[in-house]
Amino acid sequence: MLKFIKGNLEQIDGVAIYPIISLLIFFIFFVALFWWVFTAKKEHIQEVSNIPFDTNQNKQGL
Amino acid sequence: MEIEKFYYDNKIVKNFVIATILWGIVGMSIGLLIAFMFMFPNLTDGISWLSFGRLRPLHTNAVIFAFVGNAIFAGVYYSSQRLLKARMWSNFLSKLNFWGWQAIIVGAAITLPLGYTTSKEYAELEWPFDIAIALIWVAFGANLIGTILKRRQRHLYVAIWFYLATFVTVAVLHIFNSMELPVSGLKSYSVYAGVQDALVQWWYGHNAVAFFLTTPFLGLMYYFVPKAANRPVYSYKLSIVHFWSLIFIYIWAGPHHLLYTALPDWAQNLGVAFSIMLLAPSWGGMINGLLTLRGAWDKVRTDPVLKFMVVAITGYGMATFEGPMLSLKNVNAIAHFTDWIIAHVHVGALAWNGFFAFGMIYWLVPRLFKTKLWSTQLANAHFWIGTLGIIMYALPMYVAGFVQAFMWKQFNPDGTLTYGNFLETVSEIMPMYWMRAIGGSMYILGAFILLYNIIQTVRRGSKVTDELAEAAPLTKVTKKRTTKEGYHTWLERRPVKLTIFATIAILIGGMVQIIPSLMVDDYVPVISSVKPYTPLELEGRDIYIREGCVSCHSQMIRPFRSEVERYGEYSKSGEYVYDHPFLWGSKRTGPDLHRIGGKYSDNWHLNHMYDPQSTSSGSIMPAYKWLISDALDKSLTEKKMQVMVTLGVPYTEEEIARAKQWMDEQGAGIEQNLYNDPDFAKTYEADKKYAVDNGIDFIEMKDREIVAVIAYLQRLGTDIKVKDETEVTTNKE
Repeated sequence: MLKFIKGNLEQIDGVAIYPIISLLIFFIFFVALFWWVFTAKKEHIQEVSNIPFDTNQNKQGL
Repeated sequence: MEIEKFYYDNKIVKNFVIATILWGIVGMSIGLLIAFMFMFPNLTDGISWLSFGRLRPLHTNAVIFAFVGNAIFAGVYYSSQRLLKARMWSNFLSKLNFWGWQAIIVGAAITLPLGYTTSKEYAELEWPFDIAIALIWVAFGANLIGTILKRRQRHLYVAIWFYLATFVTVAVLHIFNSMELPVSGLKSYSVYAGVQDALVQWWYGHNAVAFFLTTPFLGLMYYFVPKAANRPVYSYKLSIVHFWSLIFIYIWAGPHHLLYTALPDWAQNLGVAFSIMLLAPSWGGMINGLLTLRGAWDKVRTDPVLKFMVVAITGYGMATFEGPMLSLKNVNAIAHFTDWIIAHVHVGALAWNGFFAFGMIYWLVPRLFKTKLWSTQLANAHFWIGTLGIIMYALPMYVAGFVQAFMWKQFNPDGTLTYGNFLETVSEIMPMYWMRAIGGSMYILGAFILLYNIIQTVRRGSKVTDELAEAAPLTKVTKKRTTKEGYHTWLERRPVKLTIFATIAILIGGMVQIIPSLMVDDYVPVISSVKPYTPLELEGRDIYIREGCVSCHSQMIRPFRSEVERYGEYSKSGEYVYDHPFLWGSKRTGPDLHRIGGKYSDNWHLNHMYDPQSTSSGSIMPAYKWLISDALDKSLTEKKMQVMVTLGVPYTEEEIARAKQWMDEQGAGIEQNLYNDPDFAKTYEADKKYAVDNGIDFIEMKDREIVAVIAYLQRLGTDIKVKDETEVTTNKE
């Protein structure tokens, strides 16, 4: 009975590789993301977060 | 360093602000009108273009694309110029963006009430508009990217990334979901059918919420909340994590709109898993927004701008907590198709989008007109009436949702449904619909207060069309400067690369969804007895689409005991293979119709369309009298069939050639059935005689729209009932 709604995609050739690839992409993506964030410099973060305030006009030309 | 002088374009911002307020009031008013139609279903009796099914898509489109859309453009055009220290790249593109967008909205306001719709939620506009939207959207993107390229600020602030991701993703979503084959100037069929169409549609629908209602507003939040609180964002690092994880995860979660449907299980589970994960970046963003107010909470007591923003961000937090919960299969089993979902989307729309837009307008207008807000008291009054309005709207809808779900699923000890008549649920929740309408009225009253306050503010101000600013141009980046910079610092300087990476991030999830979706139709089990619609049924289906029946009636029986007991055999993916577009629906204001075929007589349907309350006492369905009097337009039938053939529906050439005759025969059969009712025979014959006596053209019953609708309704869900012939085969070897 459940053949109507189940397993519609299990017959695709080599479908097992999909979840593995997905997991790898996912894992690498977040490792890289946190790597960037934790290695970011404090002064830089300070500077960038102040962009909306227009106070450091001279600094940005350096 | 030479300082350059240049002018910010304030006029374009002002135009978008005006458009936001006006379309906001229009969109909300339509919402209020249709809210009252729940109590007074025949409020606009006999006026086809003011019927519920046609106004509902107008309401959603007006609020999403006209109100929120213009608010996005206003905020993006204001903040981008300041964040990039440059005037918008092209005045022409700015104007094209503004006037083009307004023209599309006006076009929508005309065509949707006239019944020109694709029926796909939040993508109802027909194909010429789809092309126009794509063009105007590209004009917006080109203008934004052009401005980024000539900026005077080296690094791109996080708000700009959100804008870029919005531009790229909405473009991708819109193009994929709008794949359709035109039949005529304002009629087309989706190239996808059934399960595939459902997957693509909800991949789009979910991400339209993500990338039209969420990411651009998060960008605005990262600019306007720090500005209004006068302090930088709580954690810029958190905003980096927020951005990348949100755009990466969001796009996978679409299938949570289709749990327990005929969608393959793996896709359902993938949607659930990613929806749960989405909680992390969403709440990261909410916390980042709220904590930006650290040490400034005293200002929230006095400043209406911050009040609106705090409630907006809180609403965002609530809706994004509720979303992942709703995507859990056991919760979804209860909430899906009920008014709970209406509550959920309105917390998002009224609190997050609406209140943020209001806060932004109260902040922007005094600055655009070099003055102070005319009345802080009125703004505060707006805040309170609006907040109470949201609560009065949302709470009753939650209650209604639970009541519906539990009444639908309640069984007697002997195994029969306790509330077998769908109308018992409807009459039970009428008080909730009343309260909702009152809550909505309060919210819209608040919007009128805003309008008055803004008009008074503008009258006292002086407009600054072009605001003078100065900044040094960018110098070339030297080797020395870059030796020690981190990777993300490097990326923030490179808008094109940033855009490409953001595109890749959304395409990964997009592809994981779309590639299997594009292949799924080859793997849907074929049910041999499922046949294409006859020409008359096809025309009936198009009327069903035109009248927006899908707004209130689903065609998807989930495999639950309660639904099988109430509606009949649960729906199979193989039954929808000829449905261009799919019509599963997302809300059951009325009962499911997938197995309606053969359940009632042809006369019942005719009487029901003419006066729903006569056949179903207490029904809140509006009458569709024009279906009974109007002639069926058969001029495009053959063309429609040919387009269907192109899309893979197996009509033969002979079938197309004898379409007219075939329709005549089937129509005559239904007309014959209708004579079973003596009342019908009497009035119909009297009408005919009157027409003949007075020399008026008379339209035979078999040539009227109602006959096509009856043909379609009587066909629905009957294919699998064909005995002895049904066999299931896999589509692919």
